[in-house]
Amino acid sequence: MPHQKHPADPSAQPSESADAAEWRRSIELPSERGASRLIMEQLLEQLGVHGWSPSDIFAIHLAAEEAIVNAIVHGNKLDPSKVVQVACVVSPTLARIEVTDQGSGFDPASVPDCRLEDRLEAPNGRGVMLMRTFMTRIEYSPRGNRVLMEKQRSPAEG
Amino acid sequence: MATHRRIDVSKLGDVTIVRFLDKKILDEAGILELGAELFGLVEQDNRKSLLLNFVGVEFLSSAALGKLITLDRKVKSNKGRMKMSNIRPEILEVFQITKLNKIFDIRKDEAEAISAFA
Repeated sequence: MPHQKHPADPSAQPSESADAAEWRRSIELPSERGASRLIMEQLLEQLGVHGWSPSDIFAIHLAAEEAIVNAIVHGNKLDPSKVVQVACVVSPTLARIEVTDQGSGFDPASVPDCRLEDRLEAPNGRGVMLMRTFMTRIEYSPRGNRVLMEKQRSPAEG
Repeated sequence: MATHRRIDVSKLGDVTIVRFLDKKILDEAGILELGAELFGLVEQDNRKSLLLNFVGVEFLSSAALGKLITLDRKVKSNKGRMKMSNIRPEILEVFQITKLNKIFDIRKDEAEAISAFA
């Protein structure tokens, strides 16, 4: 009788423990207004499943929304022939979102600080700063058409 | 009077109270519509005392902030006054980070905001 691995033998199948603790999803979004909803619902759901607090979920939601809208509107300039790549990883301690557009990029340092007295009442230019404040780490590719954002789970309150 | 799809408008004395019908103010088409409805209160209806009550609003994007800033400017140039109330802590933090709490008159609840118009 040929040797058969017992189904309970952990070597019989790939370990799922690491996968179960981490959710990954990559998606291509069309360059249309409102396209972020194609990923946002799942992202928010997974943050909840992985035990993130409502205020952390709010922060990640805001940063992801701003990054995707920037990629669609400012990066791809709503060009229907271009797409936005979004890659998400959610674990109980880390959320990582990478957003890449097919535009010519931008220099994040060129966005004026909206908190300056003479910029306070300007209606635009707050998205990038909110992303920076709400996430633990934020990094742009040299061309500026890709942003990688990470948030570490905040310590439990109280 | 204009019909509104994004806001609920009521009056208490001289104060126009605006509540938002969307829990999440982030859809760009919705924000455009919201802006038009809010601006109409000042530009068409000439309302001088506006209270934006954010009860039920869970999320707003920077595009929505832009509309609030523009509204505030329109109200001020129309010699009116605008106050905000019932803002949940996460959104209040957004206002603080962007220092918009310096230009907006933010009150805890509707009653406090109403009495601040007196």
